[in-house]
Amino acid sequence: MSKYSMHLLVCGGTGCHAAESDAIVCNLRDELEAKGLNETVQVILTGCFGFCEKGPIVKVMPDNTFYVQVKPEDAQTIVEEHIIKGRKVTSLLYRDPKTKEPVADSKHMGFFKKQMRIALRNCGFINPENIDEYIARDGYAALGKVLSEMTPDEVIKLVKDSGQRGRGGAGFSTGLKWELARRNVSDEKYVVCNADEGDPGAFMDRSVLEGDPHSILEAMAICGYSIGASNGLIYIRAEYPLAIQRLKTAIKQAKEYGLLGNDIFGTGFNFDITLKYGAGAFVCGEETALIHSMEGLRGEPTLKPPFPAESGYRGKPTNVNNVETYASIPAIILKGAAWFSSIGTEKSKGTKVFALAGKINNVGLIEVPMGTTLREVIFEIGGGIRNGKKFKGVQTGGPSGGCLTEKHLDTPIDFDNLIAAGSMMGSGAMIVLDEDDCMVSMAKYFLEFTVEESCGKCAPCRIGNKRLHELLGQICEGKGVLSDLDRLKNMSLVIKDTALCGLGQTSPNPVLSMLDNFRDEFIAHITHKKCPAGQCRSLLEYIVNAENCVGCTACARVCPVNAISGMRKEIHKIDSAICIKCGACMEKCKFDAIYIS
Amino acid sequence: METIKLTIDNKEIDVPKGTTIQKAARELGIEIPTLCYMELHDLGIENKPAGCRICVAEVQGRRNLAPTCSTNCENGMVVKTHTPRVLNARRTVMEFILSDHPKDCLICPKSGDCELQTMAHRLGIRDIPGQEFAATSTYRKDTSPSIIRDLDKCILCRRCEMMCNDVQTVGALSAINRGFMATVAPAFEQNLEHSTCTYCGQCVAVCPTGALTEVNHVPSVLRALADPTKTVVVQTAPAVRVALGEEFGLAPGTIVTGKMTAALRALGFDYVFDTDFAADLTILEEGTELLDRLSRHLNGDTTARIPILTSCCPGWVNFFEKYFPDLKDVPSTAKSPQQMFGAIAKSYFAEKIGVNRKDMVVVSIMPCLAKKYECQREEFSVDGNPDVDYSISTRELAAFIKQANIDIKTLHDEDFDSPLGESTGASVIFGTTGGVIEAACRTAYEVYTGKKLERLDFTELRGMEGVRSATIDFNGLPVNIGIAHGLGNARKLLDDVRSGTSQFHAIEVMACPGGCIGGGGQPLHHGNSDVIRARAAALYAEDRSKPLRKSHENPFIVKLYEEFLEKPNSEKAHHLLHTHYFDKQKKIIIKH
Amino acid sequence: MSHIKIELRKEDVDFIKGVCTSFNNDPQELINVLHSCQEHFGYLPAEIQEVVSEGLNVPVAKIYGVVTFYSFFTMTPRGLHPISICLGTACYVRGAEKVLDEFKKELGIQVGESTKDNKFSLSSLRCVGACGLAPVVLVGDKTYGRVAPDDVKNILREYE
Repeated sequence: MSKYSMHLLVCGGTGCHAAESDAIVCNLRDELEAKGLNETVQVILTGCFGFCEKGPIVKVMPDNTFYVQVKPEDAQTIVEEHIIKGRKVTSLLYRDPKTKEPVADSKHMGFFKKQMRIALRNCGFINPENIDEYIARDGYAALGKVLSEMTPDEVIKLVKDSGQRGRGGAGFSTGLKWELARRNVSDEKYVVCNADEGDPGAFMDRSVLEGDPHSILEAMAICGYSIGASNGLIYIRAEYPLAIQRLKTAIKQAKEYGLLGNDIFGTGFNFDITLKYGAGAFVCGEETALIHSMEGLRGEPTLKPPFPAESGYRGKPTNVNNVETYASIPAIILKGAAWFSSIGTEKSKGTKVFALAGKINNVGLIEVPMGTTLREVIFEIGGGIRNGKKFKGVQTGGPSGGCLTEKHLDTPIDFDNLIAAGSMMGSGAMIVLDEDDCMVSMAKYFLEFTVEESCGKCAPCRIGNKRLHELLGQICEGKGVLSDLDRLKNMSLVIKDTALCGLGQTSPNPVLSMLDNFRDEFIAHITHKKCPAGQCRSLLEYIVNAENCVGCTACARVCPVNAISGMRKEIHKIDSAICIKCGACMEKCKFDAIYIS
Repeated sequence: METIKLTIDNKEIDVPKGTTIQKAARELGIEIPTLCYMELHDLGIENKPAGCRICVAEVQGRRNLAPTCSTNCENGMVVKTHTPRVLNARRTVMEFILSDHPKDCLICPKSGDCELQTMAHRLGIRDIPGQEFAATSTYRKDTSPSIIRDLDKCILCRRCEMMCNDVQTVGALSAINRGFMATVAPAFEQNLEHSTCTYCGQCVAVCPTGALTEVNHVPSVLRALADPTKTVVVQTAPAVRVALGEEFGLAPGTIVTGKMTAALRALGFDYVFDTDFAADLTILEEGTELLDRLSRHLNGDTTARIPILTSCCPGWVNFFEKYFPDLKDVPSTAKSPQQMFGAIAKSYFAEKIGVNRKDMVVVSIMPCLAKKYECQREEFSVDGNPDVDYSISTRELAAFIKQANIDIKTLHDEDFDSPLGESTGASVIFGTTGGVIEAACRTAYEVYTGKKLERLDFTELRGMEGVRSATIDFNGLPVNIGIAHGLGNARKLLDDVRSGTSQFHAIEVMACPGGCIGGGGQPLHHGNSDVIRARAAALYAEDRSKPLRKSHENPFIVKLYEEFLEKPNSEKAHHLLHTHYFDKQKKIIIKH
Repeated sequence: MSHIKIELRKEDVDFIKGVCTSFNNDPQELINVLHSCQEHFGYLPAEIQEVVSEGLNVPVAKIYGVVTFYSFFTMTPRGLHPISICLGTACYVRGAEKVLDEFKKELGIQVGESTKDNKFSLSSLRCVGACGLAPVVLVGDKTYGRVAPDDVKNILREYE
């Protein structure tokens, strides 16, 4: 970065990308050229900064000014004011939600204060398409260290000692997994990176791949050296075109630099990485299903054992870790096991990346030490609930997890605490829900996802989840009976107990946790035929506000089932027994005379 | 071998390492129920998707219930197979499965022999909660010449898919779709008729429910029997007589030839004949062709293709027409016994009794579903009149007998009619793998060497291994014989033939594992390979009990040649008893 | 039984065979091959699957099994402007379903269908990783963020 005195980092993560960050880059470059500054100021499209809520983001280095919600047309102002005149563009600065004061440095923003970035250490700081920038931040130093100074067993010991557990969902020890793969003797082994992120509401893997692809390549090579593999495969969602393109660029550059390929660092170690594309199946996040998918088959899981460490891709010992797990490895190698294990809780070491979304002020990608409480995440980092609404719950672990409530807010987040609270870590999606969210509908939503994504191989998941979804639908429509609650619970427990793979075994979790935490809401739907959050359409009641109704008959004429009666110029009435809750009357009424109870 | 000690339902047991909990439990007399799992042990066939989750049990220390069909025993394991948790889970999963299954058991073709029905009965299911709101997965029905697919009844055990792909390497069926709509079907859910299906019927043979069944031709047969203008002739394949009894509660391997004959006569067939007669005829035609090709080959005639392949199995014929059309001049041109019988019945025999072929109906009783398709082939008809009109399976015959109020167990043995009912022991063993080639050897040896064969039992050709080989000494000439049963095994031998590396002079192929005794039309074995083994043993016993055991010694065959066909492979024999094959491989046609 | 006739233009067959060859005709590369074919043809009709079957020596039933397993693969051509509505959890709780309903209403089609003039097709997907912009709608390569039902008409108008 020597040639330039200033850098403009523009977020090129998917969210910002979608919000025209390309155009911002273009305009900035044009402006700089017009002002003759293109030799001294460089514009770099980086990976995700994390603060998606306020995207697109432009960061000015070296003074660390953090501009939010930048539009392409702001390019001129930034160049003229900040670059030329040295004045910060106050209108583009983040404003503290409480004090309303502008904050220029991200370090002082609530969103970033409590974060600690290991997996995301380079995201937003380097140009992901330039290997030199990765190297400048100690990139490939860990691989160099491992190859020149350590035996494979020493690497595995270090990873084991660090206490890192797989970030993909189940939380199995990374070091132990590598050791199992190392122990199995074979002429060929494989290192697989699971980048088939499919959890609805999770985008951490995508952000790492887009923002720091080399960290994954480096970690996979380290893993390859440790277990004795010379081939790596990245199984990546085909729906992630930007991540794919950046990985391809990174692999090409790493090969040119001799950091992948034959005889890496002259040590005789060979390691190559190829891409395998997923094609839209959530179940392929399960490692046996993933391997079958890589083999050109339907992504159906098979019973373990045999574990992939014994018989995986092409029947050879295979180590599968997810993106986030690999992303931390180079840092663990360089800074040591003691450093990593000093972070976090007793049984969950290090940090965890969460995708924070839903009814929260600061939607974005965050990384916090294990043990951070939900309260800190939601109310400090996340900036609390949108529009001043009341916090109701937070779904962690996506469709495999559960919904945590008020009473869990001060629970330190780690693998075991989340399970104890009836949820799970999962890949790290965190969806915040407020008082307007109906928990029966949310359970139904997650079940709908599972029903769509079930591979169909085993009966409890294929049929059982369908039945759960149907029953939840009945309740949402006011057709439930109280004994349905027992049935829901029994079906859920049996599916958990009997399903073949992790997807099926965890799919009823949202139902169980909603039943545990929001039983009253279920009962309201069943007994009182009411949806307290006002979300379940069938349970709504359309009512004519006598004060506003002028008797124009427009509503009665548009009603498809003739549920509205009333003479011209008289107050109309809706017969809720006939009403199908289509909402046409409310849409038609010009006098705001129809409301929903 | 390492031994594992574990406890199942408070009983201790030692088993070899690698044993599943289910098998260990069986040793203890504990029969854990299962739906999808199926094993034909002697044939090396196993279906283990661990998908139905009916066989689950509690393993101490494990979070979830374990599928016992595919969980191996471990030292110190404590397994419980009937705790309230297990029983509740099993019942609930069964309710799930039944909630997506039609409830038309009363009129289902599988009723009474359905594994799902049996399971529902065994688990005492009396109610399916929430059925009124439950959506069901429904699919288009498909009827092919041999097989009916009614996938609404599919429980996704995947047995058919395993048979079609892993065992038969036909690849006509695959799991399709995902989740609730997942099922097993041909590509693009097209009809089987348009797929690469060979109609071997092994999918039907293993289907636990009514999802895959045979096309029922009994009503057509009934109509023919009731028509006074028709002379109805029936022929029965060798494998039927050793399996039919099972449908009436007799032990597998019970030979019911005489009772079957009596039942057929009671049903009203005008002539009860035996396909075995035609099997003897096949040996003469095919054996002569073998010797002709072999001697030409030995004399340096490069146009004589060696090895010669048997051609009596219609599933196998379909297979090579679709997958190895480049080798279609390698198999013998001899028709199958079913078709030879039909050709002779509607020519020689029809003339003899003075009946116009159009007024004769030939029905075959077959262990096979491919025969239904075979008899509909155009080349096996004269002016649109087929040589064999209807082919019904062993199962269909049993149902027919029951419908006609005939108690087969009380019937007295009767003999076949003459002349097409006479046969030798050689023809009986056609029904098992290795039998055709053994029968051929008995005749070819004597014809080739001019000497009497001392040892009739070629035990080296018998057995259940998928691919077998033996060298038979034809008085100084070593003849290399290859045998394959199951189309996947046949493919291995054919690949060698294609690449020119095959060392065999003659190869016998049967499409079904075990041969016709394991055919797609046989009483269901429900995953018990002892049944197939018992049927094979019965055929060899029947062979031994026959006074004549070599096809060329069948006096009625000799007479047939004298009176009608002149000699094996004569012009007339060629016209009536031989066929030719077609290239039925899928072709990609370039659009111009 | 007759031959199954598959009619394709020579250049199409050559293209598919070329893709198979570029993956060493390795059956395990089936999914990558299907991706390449779908990228080129826009969809994967039966004819294409038959040629892939020949190229990779995989039964076509198995290929169909794979195509119907993965939601990314389609056997029907998509519209000129394929519309995808994100139904990931973040978008869902911010009202994506109502946006989807509005598209259905405006276009008169259901998810998985195309308009009669084949101009638009409608699909739903799960999380594109732009949760900050929820609810998100994709039209072709273009992303629309914070979409409200009222915006639907305007979005469609851009493609008139």
